[in-house]
Amino acid sequence: MSSIHGFAVQAPGDNLLEVENLRVSFATEHGVAKVLDGVNLTIRPGEIMGLVGESGCGKTTLANAILGILANNARREAGSIRFAGEDLLTMPRWQAESEIRGRSITFIPQDPFGSFNPLFPIRTQTMEVMKWKSPRRAARDGRGIAGFFSRYPRARRSADAAAVLQMLRTVQISKPEEAFGKLPHEFSGGQRQRLMIALALLPQPELIIADEPTTALDATIQAQILKLLKRLAKERGVSVLFTTHDLGTAYEICDRITVLYAGQEVETAPVDDFFQRPHHPYTVRLLESLPHPGRELREIGGEIPALVDPPAGCRFHPRCFRATEECLSDRPAVTPLGGGHQVRCYHPITGASRL
Amino acid sequence: MKAALDILRKLLRDPAAAAGLVIVLLLVAVAVLAPLIATHPEAVWDMNPRQRLLPPSEAYFFGTDRMGADIYSRILFGARITLTIAITAVGAALLIGVPIGLVSGWRQSWLGEALMRISDIFLAVPQIVLAIAISQTLGPSIENVILALSVTYWPWFTRLVHAEVHSLRNETFIEAAIALGVPAWRIILLHVLPNVTSPIIVRTSIGMGFTILTASALGFLGLGAPPPAPEWGRMISESREFLPEAWWYALAPGLAIFLVVMGFNLLGDGLRDVLDPRIRRASTGR
Amino acid sequence: MSEAPILRVDQLSRHFPVRNMFGWTTGAVRALDDVSFEVRPGETLGIVGESGCGKSTLGKTLVGIHRPRGGRIVFEGKDITGQSASERGAAAPKLQYCYQDPGNSLDPRWTVRRSLTEPLIVHTALEPRDRNARIREILQQVGLPPTHLDLYPHELSGGQQRRVGLARILTLHPRLVVLDEPTSGLDVSVQAAVLKLLRRLQHAFSLTYLFMSHDLSVVRMMCDRVAVMYLGRIVEIASTEALFGAAKHPYTQSLLSAIPDIGGRRVTDTFALEGEPPDPSQPPSGCRFRTRCPRAAAVCAKIDPALQPIAPGQSAACLFV
Repeated sequence: MSSIHGFAVQAPGDNLLEVENLRVSFATEHGVAKVLDGVNLTIRPGEIMGLVGESGCGKTTLANAILGILANNARREAGSIRFAGEDLLTMPRWQAESEIRGRSITFIPQDPFGSFNPLFPIRTQTMEVMKWKSPRRAARDGRGIAGFFSRYPRARRSADAAAVLQMLRTVQISKPEEAFGKLPHEFSGGQRQRLMIALALLPQPELIIADEPTTALDATIQAQILKLLKRLAKERGVSVLFTTHDLGTAYEICDRITVLYAGQEVETAPVDDFFQRPHHPYTVRLLESLPHPGRELREIGGEIPALVDPPAGCRFHPRCFRATEECLSDRPAVTPLGGGHQVRCYHPITGASRL
Repeated sequence: MKAALDILRKLLRDPAAAAGLVIVLLLVAVAVLAPLIATHPEAVWDMNPRQRLLPPSEAYFFGTDRMGADIYSRILFGARITLTIAITAVGAALLIGVPIGLVSGWRQSWLGEALMRISDIFLAVPQIVLAIAISQTLGPSIENVILALSVTYWPWFTRLVHAEVHSLRNETFIEAAIALGVPAWRIILLHVLPNVTSPIIVRTSIGMGFTILTASALGFLGLGAPPPAPEWGRMISESREFLPEAWWYALAPGLAIFLVVMGFNLLGDGLRDVLDPRIRRASTGR
Repeated sequence: MSEAPILRVDQLSRHFPVRNMFGWTTGAVRALDDVSFEVRPGETLGIVGESGCGKSTLGKTLVGIHRPRGGRIVFEGKDITGQSASERGAAAPKLQYCYQDPGNSLDPRWTVRRSLTEPLIVHTALEPRDRNARIREILQQVGLPPTHLDLYPHELSGGQQRRVGLARILTLHPRLVVLDEPTSGLDVSVQAAVLKLLRRLQHAFSLTYLFMSHDLSVVRMMCDRVAVMYLGRIVEIASTEALFGAAKHPYTQSLLSAIPDIGGRRVTDTFALEGEPPDPSQPPSGCRFRTRCPRAAAVCAKIDPALQPIAPGQSAACLFV
C-alpha cells in the first residue's frame, strides 16, 4: 500500500486513519476552550468520509490536528491519530513534515482566494511543491539544512513538470501550458480550487483532507468541483476527509458520514443509512431544519455552547428533547447499531424511517 | 462618563503614560496657582540689580537672572504663557482643521481635492520657518506666535480627519445609515465624528508638546512675548551671554521645556495605545 | 392580479466603469442591464443567481445607494428613479434594505436604543414617549427583551445583532424590504430560526419581500415567485412551482440540477454544465449564456433574447422555448 513512503504494508480492511479519543484544547483570553472532547474517527482506504458539523464543532481543528498544523496555543491533552499504523502525534517532527504532510496526507483549504501566493506564477508554486513532495523524490533527498540548498535533478524535474501538466489537464484547466505562466489572480475561484486539487493529487497521497472546499463557490461551480473530486479520488483509490456544514454536499460526495457537535462526535454511518435512519437527536433535528418543500421548518432551540465552559457529559443535552439525568453524567459510549452505523447517545431514536 | 473613567484607569496602568499625565496636570496646577506658590511674585516683573545672577539658594530656588528676578517664580509664571499659547494655538488649529477634514473626506469632489492640496502646501514648509516668517512680518508678541502656530498646525488635523472619514465612508453601518435616509450632515456629526475623536485627542496631546517646543524656539529667537515677560524660550536666550558661569540661568527653563514637552508626548502615546490600538501612526509622529 | 404592483422596475440599468491602471475608463461592467419586473403587494419575490449576476447591485439601486444609468423605478405609484434615500422624503421609510449581516449595519459606538430611535428621529415627528413605545413593540416582535436596549452591539451575540438590525428597519413600518442574502453563511439550524422570524415579521407587519439569495432550496421555501438572473439580466421569472417544476431557460435548468437532493439522484452523477461565467466586462455577443448553454446554436450569438411570456405568469429569455 504505502511502501513508497516507507510504512509497513497494510492488510486490506485495516483502517487508513484512526483517530482515537482525541482531546484538544486552546488557551484563549477567556479561558481554556475544550475544542475536541475525545473524538473518534476512522477512515478506510479509498473511502470518502464526511465530517459534518456546524460552526464551532471542531471540524477544522480536527483537520489541523491530523495535518499537524494546530495553532501555538493548542494543546493535545489525550488521544492518538494513527495513520497507517503510526501515531502522528508522537512521530518526530522532521518525519511528519517531510513524509506525511503534503505527501501522504495533502490538504485542500476552504478559501480559494487565499491559498496561493499572489506574487508568483503557477509554475513556480507547483514546481516548488514537486521539488519537495514529488513521488519520484528519493527518501534521502534534501534532509536537514543542506536540504534547503539541495539541487533539483534535471531528469526528475522534467518528469515532474510533465506530471504537473498532465494533472492540470485532468482537473480540466484549459491550456495548461499557458496556465503555467499565469498569476493566481488571473484564475477564478473555481479554477483555483481545481489547481488545489491538482496540487493535492500530485504527490500521490493516501489521504486528502478537504476542508469545506466548495463552501465559497457558486452552486454550479460547486457541482463541477464535487464531481471532479469524487471521480479523481475514486479512480486513484485516495481516501478523502471531507469537512462541511452542508448536508446536501455530504450526501453528494461521501461514502460515510460522521457528525460532530461541539467537539464530540455523535453519530457515524454509511451515507444512505445516515439520511434514511438517523438515530441521534441532533442529527434528526439537523435534518429537520433543512428547507424542504411541503415540510415545516423546525429550528433547534438554544445555541451552540461556548467551549470554555461546555455542558457536562453529552454536550447536546441542554438542547435535546430526549435528555435525562444520565446525559449530564458521562459522555455516552459508542453504541454500534449494525451495518457500520454507530451512535453515542443514551436515548437514540430508533424505529420509523425518516426520508 | 463611564467611558472616560475607564480610559483613565487603563491609562494609569502604563507607567509612561501615567508619568505624562502627572506632568501635564502639574503644569496646569502650576500655571493656575503661580501667584500662590511663587516665592517672589513681585520680583517677576521688577528689577533688582543687587540680586542679579545669584546661584540657587534657599531664598532663590533656581537662582536669579540678570535683572535680579527670581528664576523659580519666573518659571512658574512662564508656565501660564506656555499653557496659553499651547491651548490656544492647538485649539485654533483643531477648529480650523477638523471641519475642513470632515468636508473634504466625505465626498470625492474638487473642493475636497483643493483643500487637501492647500493643506499639502502648508505641510511642505517646516512649521518653524513659516512661524518665523509670520512673526517677523507681524512683530513679536504672544498673539502673533499663537497665530503663526495655529496657521501652521491645522493641516495635521485635516490630514488625519480626512483619512479617517474616507475609510469610514465605506463601512457597512455608514452605508446602512445612508440607505435609511439619514441626511449627510447628521451622519457626519453623529456617526463619523465620534469615531474620529480618538485620533484627534491623541494628535492634540502630541501637538501641544510640539507647539510648546516651537513656541519656545520662537521665544528664543526673540519673536515671542517681549521682555520682561517670563517666557521660557526667551529666558534661555537671555542666559546665553552668561554661560557657563551662571549655569542655573539656562538650566531651569530648559528643564521646564523638556519636562513639559515630554509629558505631553508620553500622554499622547499612552492615549493612543488606550483609545484605539488600530490608529495609524502619522508619518513623522509629530 | 387586479391590485396595482407595489414596485415596478422598467429597464433598469447600472454600469460600473472599468478603469485601467492609469485611471482611464476602458470599458464597463454591465452589472444591471435592462432589468424589468413587478412586485405585487404582500408577496415574496425571490431573486436568485450566482456571484456576478447583479442581485446585490439591483437591491442597492432600488434603495437608492447606487444611481441607475437608465430605466425607471416606480414605488407605490411614485417615480423614485435616481433619488438617494434622503432625497425621497416620505417614500424612503417605506422601501428598506436589509444587509446580509444586519448586525454590521449598526454603529458600534451606539447603544441599541439609540440605533433604533434614529430612523424615527429622522423620518417621523413622534414624541419621545411614542418613539419609545414603538421601539419596545418592535423589539418584542423580533424576540428580544427590552433590557437589551442599553447594550452595545458587541455585547450581543451574532444572532441578537441580526435581530436588532432587522428591528431597526422595521421601526419605520416599511412596506417593502429588500433582503440581501439573509441566510448566507449561516448554519442550518440558525438559518431555520432566521427564516421563521422573517415569515413571522412578514405577517405581523404586512411586508412585501424581495428575497435575494443564491440558495435555491431556501428560495423555494420562502418565495411565491422567483426571478433568475445571469450577468445582469433576468433570464427567467415564474411562480415558484412553475420554476421548480418546469423551468424553461437552460440556465435555470442547470442551476436546479446543481441542487443536492437528499435521498434522490446525486448531482455528481448527473450534473452537466461546463465552464465558468464569462468576464462581466466583456459579455458574449447575443445571448450571454450561449458560451455554456447546451442548446446554443449559431443564431444565439447574433440575437440577445428578451424576456418573453411563455405561459401565464412565466417568462423566459431564450430563443428555444
